[in-house]
Order: sequence, then structure tokens, then C-alpha cells
Amino acid sequence: MAAVTLSQVRKAFGSTEVVHGVDISIDDSEFCVLVGPSGCGKSTLLRMIAGLEEISSGRIEIGGRVVNDVAPKERDIAMVFQNYALYPHMTVSDNMGFSLKLAGRPLQEIRSRVDEAAQILGLREYLERYPRQLSGGQRQRVAMGRAIVRKPQVFLFDEPLSNLDAKLRVQMRTEIKELHQRLRTTSVYVTHDQIEAMTMADKIVVMNMGKVEQIGSPLELYDNPANQFVAGFIGSPAMNFLPGRINGAGIDIGEGIRVPVPAGATVAAGREVVVGVRPEHLAVGADGLPATVVVVEPTGADTQIFCKLAGTDITAVVRERHEFHPGVPIRLTAQLTYLFDPASGARLA
Amino acid sequence: MHRLLNNRNALGMLFMLPAAALLVVFLTYPLGLGVWLGFTDAKIGRTGEWVGLENYEFLWGDSVTRLALFNTLLYTVAASVLKFFLGLWLAIILNQNLPFKSFFRAAILLPYIVPTALSAIAFWWIFDAQFSIISWVLTRLGLIDRYIDFLGDPWNARWSVIAANVWRGVPFVAITLLAGLQTISPTLYEAAAIDGASPWQRFWHVTLPLLTPIIAVVMTFSVLFTFTDFQLIYVITRGGPLNATHLMATLSFQRAIPGGALGEGAAIAIAMVPFLLAAILFSYFGLQRRAWQQGGTDR
Repeated sequence: MAAVTLSQVRKAFGSTEVVHGVDISIDDSEFCVLVGPSGCGKSTLLRMIAGLEEISSGRIEIGGRVVNDVAPKERDIAMVFQNYALYPHMTVSDNMGFSLKLAGRPLQEIRSRVDEAAQILGLREYLERYPRQLSGGQRQRVAMGRAIVRKPQVFLFDEPLSNLDAKLRVQMRTEIKELHQRLRTTSVYVTHDQIEAMTMADKIVVMNMGKVEQIGSPLELYDNPANQFVAGFIGSPAMNFLPGRINGAGIDIGEGIRVPVPAGATVAAGREVVVGVRPEHLAVGADGLPATVVVVEPTGADTQIFCKLAGTDITAVVRERHEFHPGVPIRLTAQLTYLFDPASGARLA
Repeated sequence: MHRLLNNRNALGMLFMLPAAALLVVFLTYPLGLGVWLGFTDAKIGRTGEWVGLENYEFLWGDSVTRLALFNTLLYTVAASVLKFFLGLWLAIILNQNLPFKSFFRAAILLPYIVPTALSAIAFWWIFDAQFSIISWVLTRLGLIDRYIDFLGDPWNARWSVIAANVWRGVPFVAITLLAGLQTISPTLYEAAAIDGASPWQRFWHVTLPLLTPIIAVVMTFSVLFTFTDFQLIYVITRGGPLNATHLMATLSFQRAIPGGALGEGAAIAIAMVPFLLAAILFSYFGLQRRAWQQGGTDR
């Protein structure tokens, strides 16, 4: 087990820089999730940690050792790929034992370590099968088995659940987390799914356009987003954003509707701002902001109400059951609001 | 009639008729005729009489036929082995990210698209006793002091035609194996690199096993084409010197057409069939063993 430190890591393909000076430090036995939209550079970053991609500049350390010029096999890491990358011509046990076989370990040891990993992952009855004969979830487990038999210092996961169906994804999510709690191996996990990030991570790194937007624990990011991007990316359904202008103790958001300025905020009057409010922080009541219902989606546990407020589409999630019809006027109260700068996206309050 | 046209099976049969007719006329009939002629003493201008296995008995004891069989086996084995290794090597090079990749991939096909007769004439010149460019270069470099008699000496001639065949056949092997290499997912190599495999181990444990089905197919075809080769030999050496480069195909033609012994020629040609069948069965059963591709277990 080891800490992983990235200092001012950059990556350029030709003249296009895709990772712009990233600093991340991941503690020993921490589960760190890199999350961001497609093309934000998170997979490139992971591949640089793995040694599959060269680093244009900066420094990557694993367990205190600079690994910039160290070959992947010397880095003492294991990686789980999005498409599993199982060797189709090898049985499950050969797939899992391949790295040990290459390392020249005695057959007895290979067998016992494969067996141990198969035991943990519930794969013992599939050891003699070929990857083709397994389901997606089983293949995923074999890919993890291949990683854990080596007892590496760091596990790297590259969107490992994105090829699974929704139900299996939730199940595997729990299994990976449980595995981490059991082995305590430092893990770096890449995903574009913020729910995966929220549920699995000790530490989340939100990335966008090759830059780190914010680093923190899941709830820190949820409660205190550093900017509009993080606020909009973390949380589901996504935060609502309403453009407006400060006017005394309120914010004009159009159509004569005013939202109160969040307590403690010091923002100059007349300034343009973006008001952010999470769907779950909106309540339906007798008074409040006037909105018009567009679509109502009951999910059983709660109800999502899509409506128009001052010309902007917003979403509210409420626990109570309502039978609203499209076009019905309702009143919404925002219990918690955030303020962002419209130009830079920086958090104002 | 109307009911017949509405019947799936009858209609299927009807649609297959044109193809079946073509196969019968251009494949079954010539093959059947060849088999029949092999059992007769037909000469040009005279329909033969049934003589049973007489032709085969004669050929079994015929030293030229035996030599032709030896030549054919040597030609096939040596050329196929060389074509395989050269082709695999080229395919692996072309599978890398080289500059001007598409240009090289197209250029490599050139020997294959030149008409055989034309490239055979070029080789005839390259191997010429007086005008050979190879001899000329080697003498200029001071490596030899006498021109090599490529086509006059039996063993020189054998290796010369093998070289010509390899030159001509390598593109087919290389391009087909390249297509096979491109079906192998790059993440498998990345996984193997992380698992600790050296480049050679990646080739041995990932590339080769995954390429085997394509190797089996391409080498079966290569062996079939080489075993039945006619044009190169016919243009470069006509089977000489002293029958040293006569293959079964060229000998069959020589006995049957210029020699007029249709029955005997046909018998030589038919004698090639068991070897060809053996080559096909070898790769067929070789592929059957690799059941992981079909989702079964290896037998």
C-alpha cells in the first residue's frame, strides 16, 4: 500500500494540451475517485499513473518513489479496464494467475493465491471457464481478481462499471467498496458517474477540461461546491441555476420575481449573479416563488417536478406526493441557495 | 405451380439452381472428367479405355514423378515456412504506428497484384546466367568472382524458384495477418504490460494465441496455392534443369498436353488431391481444438 502524489502533471498530444498541471495527493489506503464529463482528462490521468501514457511534464510518485520513467510493470500497480481486457484464450484461473506466472512464482503459490482471490470474489466454480462463457458481472469480477492476486500497492479502475446494466452496477459498486474496506489498498477510480463517485469515494477529484475543479470528500463537495461547475456536476438531479441581479436584500430573477440573498453574503448591489438551488432544497407550499408545472415524475420514494420559474426550466424533488397537472401554478420555497459569478463560475456565497 | 412457388423450401431450391449449375459446369464436370481420365489411357485425339489403376501403378514406379513429388513437397514446405515468418514479421511492423503507414501497406501488395507471368519473367532475368543483377552486384562488391548459375544447377534452381514464390506470396500472408492483428484489442497489450509481460512475452502469450485461427486459415490457403503452383515454374524453368524444379502441376501439364498422354497427366493431377485434403483437414482440426472461440472447452 502506498500514497500517490501528482505534482503539476501535464499531458500534451502534439500541440494540444489535455491535462493542464494537475496536483493531487492520495493518501495511503484511500479510495480516490476522479470524476468529470467525457474528455475532461480523467482517464488520461489514470493512464499516466499506470504508465500507459507518458507524462509531458510534472511528477508522479507512488509510495514516495518518482515513477515518471518507470515501466508499468515496475510500478507495482494493477488496473481494471472498462472492457475488462481479459485474455480470451485463457481460463479464469489462467487470467488471474498470468502476472504471477510471468513473475516466475512457483505453481503452488500461484494456485493458492488465485484460489484465495476467487474465494473473495465468489469465482471458485468458474475457474476453469473461459471469459466468453461468463456474464458481464462475472467478467468484471475476474478483472478485479486479476488485480488482487498480485497484491499491488495501488489499484487503478478505469470506468469499470460502465459496461454493466443498472442493477448490476449498483451491486458491483457495493462489492468494490467492500473489497476496498477489506484490503485497504490505495485505489484510484475513474468514472463519469457522479453517483458512483459520491457513494464510493473517500476523496473525490472533480475534473473539467483538463483541470482539477475541486478536491474533497463527497459531502464537502455537495455542501460546499467551490464553483458552479462542481455545484452542477455533483448531486442528482443537478442543481438549478437562475440568472439574476442583486437588488437590495433580494435578487431579481426576471418577471418581477425576487429571491432573497443568502444570509451572510456580501455582494455589491446591481451585480449580475447566478442563483443555485438544489432540487431537494425546494419545497412546495402556500406561498413562495410562483412556478408553472411542466411534467411530474413520481418515482415512488419521492416526486420530481419539472417546472418553469421566471422563464427558466427548474427541477424540484419533494418527498410528499402531489397530483399536479401540467400548466398548474405552484409556489416554491428555496431553503438553501448558493450564489455564483456568471463569468467565472466562482462561488460568491 | 403456384403452390410450389409459395413453398419456402421449393423456392429456396429454385433460387440455388443458377449457382448449382455454375458449380456443376465449371467445377464438378472438370474434376469428374479429370478423375475419369486418370483411370483411362486417353491420348490426345483418342478417347481412352478404362485401365483401372494402371496409370497410378506406372507413376508409382516412375522416377520423374517421384522427383516431382519430392520437389513439390520441398517447394511447398520451404516456401510456406519462409512466407509465414516473413509475412508475420512484415504484418507486425505494419501494425505499428509508422509514418506513411497507408503507403507502406499499399506498397506491400504490389508483388501480389502484378500478373504472375510478368513477375516470373522479371525473376527469369534476375536469375539469368549472364545478365543476373544479383551476380552483377555481388561481383561488383567483390564477394564472388564468377556469375552464379542460378537456373542451371538443380539445387540453385530449386532455391531460386522458391525465392520467387516467396516474394510473390508474402503480401497475401502479410496483409491477412495484419488484418488479424488489428482485431486484437490494444487494451489486452496494456493489461499484459501491467501484468509484467515483456514485448516478447506479449507476443507469445497474447498475439500468437489470438492470431492462431487466422494463421491456420491463411497458411492453409498459402499451402494450397504453393502446392498447386504452375505459372512461376512454367515461365522461369519449365521444370528444368534435369526435372529439378518440376512440380506435380507442371509435370501433369507436360505429360498431358505437350506429351499427349491425357490419362497419365490426369492421374498425376489427381494424385495431388490427397495431399491437399490432408492440408485442409490439418487446419480444420487445428481450429476445432481451439474451442474457447466457440465458448466451449478445449478438447
